[in-house]
Amino acid sequence: MALIEIVDVWKVYHMGDMEVPALRGVSLQIQVGEFVAIMGSSGSGKSTLMSILGGLDRPTRGRYLLDGIDVAELSRDKLARMRNDKIGFVFQSFNLLPRTSALENVELPLYYANGVNAKQRRERAREALAKVALSDREGHRPNQLSGGQQQRVAIARALVNRPSLVLADEPTGNLDSKVTVEIMGLLQDLNDAGNTVVFVTHEPDVAQYSKRKIVLRDGQILTDEPVAERSVVRR
Amino acid sequence: MTLMPFLMALRALDRNRVRSALTMLGVIIGVAAVIAMVAIGQGATQSVQKQIASMGQNQLMILPGSSSSGAVMFGSGTVQTLSPADAVAIRRDCPSAVSVAVIVRTRAQITYQDLNWAPATVQGCDPDFLAVREWPIVEGENFSDADIKNAAQVCLVGQTVVDNLFGGESPVGQRVRLKGLPFRIIGVLDRKGANTFGSDQDDVLLLPWTTCKKKLSGSTFNTVDQILVTAATSSALAPLQEEVSATLRANHHLQRERGPDALDDFTIRNMTELLGTMTQTTGIMTALLAAIASVSLLVGGIGIMNIMLVSVTERTREIGLRMAIGARGRDVLAQFLVESIVLSGIGGLLGIALGGGGALAVSYYAHWPAIVSPQSVVIAVVFSGAVGVIFGFYPAWRASRLDPIDALRYE
Repeated sequence: MALIEIVDVWKVYHMGDMEVPALRGVSLQIQVGEFVAIMGSSGSGKSTLMSILGGLDRPTRGRYLLDGIDVAELSRDKLARMRNDKIGFVFQSFNLLPRTSALENVELPLYYANGVNAKQRRERAREALAKVALSDREGHRPNQLSGGQQQRVAIARALVNRPSLVLADEPTGNLDSKVTVEIMGLLQDLNDAGNTVVFVTHEPDVAQYSKRKIVLRDGQILTDEPVAERSVVRR
Repeated sequence: MTLMPFLMALRALDRNRVRSALTMLGVIIGVAAVIAMVAIGQGATQSVQKQIASMGQNQLMILPGSSSSGAVMFGSGTVQTLSPADAVAIRRDCPSAVSVAVIVRTRAQITYQDLNWAPATVQGCDPDFLAVREWPIVEGENFSDADIKNAAQVCLVGQTVVDNLFGGESPVGQRVRLKGLPFRIIGVLDRKGANTFGSDQDDVLLLPWTTCKKKLSGSTFNTVDQILVTAATSSALAPLQEEVSATLRANHHLQRERGPDALDDFTIRNMTELLGTMTQTTGIMTALLAAIASVSLLVGGIGIMNIMLVSVTERTREIGLRMAIGARGRDVLAQFLVESIVLSGIGGLLGIALGGGGALAVSYYAHWPAIVSPQSVVIAVVFSGAVGVIFGFYPAWRASRLDPIDALRYE
């Protein structure tokens, strides 16, 4: 069974009287352990697709099964629970809480999870920070960390609740090329360890780090193919 | 429910210390004003109660009634209808009466050596009078029943009289003159201060009522100005009033001479009723002060709402993030509601400290009675918490209704 199964998904926004379709019949499947880049120019519908994949938004029409659950049918509260349970988000602008230590930032999703006590929270946050090689920065606040380190804290936060899917929205958009390589290497490591990773980017060379590249245009899939001559970060 | 939301709220408030402190100030001032006003109001109520109690609790004051000619009433006290025989009858016929004291009044100048003084009150009474008024003797002794019988020329003086005639020396045993007659001072009364109506209760000279009647007033009529009767408890006052009324009506032959519809020729005043009226009055004053003070609490609450709205706007991205990683609407609602409750709760506690301290400072420096009662503290805590909930709810609700996608993109 596919981790993600999208069948003929439409998303239509209403701008006053006008109907603006952002997605026009997108269908795709993503298996466990894949490493997918979604590309497209602005207005191609890639952000909308991310929102739907992440359970932040519901499709106007079509089916979306995540881990066998029909996401389109879930209530607002159930969606929130599903996001907490199955998805780890990474954002372009990191979205760390200011004046809050790296460890506490990583713990945040566990506050909304069921049956995790304070001790487990701390342990699992430490584990997640270790995975992104930031164990020595636990007590640092975001303003004491570099951009790359902040994004690694955000990735640790995405991993802490052991999600089925890591979703990254332009994860390197705010980073210089050297740090971009570092972050993509980290995502490759995570994928090698068995995590399913899907990310959005508009930079072709960043997409080269993935294994599968999906290009959107005007709300439809233009191409969907394996990455040839993949860039691999070896450290 | 764990402590976690409160710790999270404290951390969030700590990130904006100055703003949190200023917001709290509104609640602090509101709660402090309510606490201080109620404390001062309750202090005033208690001091009024004390003063009325010092005039004698559980007490009936019987005054001569109105004289009438045809249908024309001349008003209370226009005719002398009370006699020592009435007091004897009350003692004999009213089982609820604990003590009975007659009072006659006159005006007289008191001279000592080459000094003189005219006390505001020169009063003849029974030895029981001091017990009825709960008025102790600080030096010397009370006059006796024998003094009443013999119309002895002895007297008790109040502190104001002592201050004016004797300076530092002890007046007990000294000889003074009243209307040319020699009197011996046998006791000094404790200081009682001004009464509720502002007159000096210590400017007084007491003597046996027989002496006052026969030797000072020179009156040939066998009448008294007032009779005081006390009951054992305040609940016994109503039956006592019935008994006294019946006794006096019988003793004055009202029914036999003028028929069953005859009006009383005496007036009975119930001191407990007076106490009730005064307590009610000061209670109204307290409520009024508290109402005015709670306006500032209301303003403090609006301040909280204002700041929470600003905070929700500022932290839109944080809210979006929390929702993305699994916070439900109610989690966000709870988070902001707890923040506002913590804000108003801490403000409330500081306000209680400030208001209580202020009230105690006023009572200490201005000698104005103030009582910080546990009830007013509890009410203040409940109210400040309620302010947090009521004024925090709308901003928290707005936060909980945000769309996560829009919130994450908010600049």
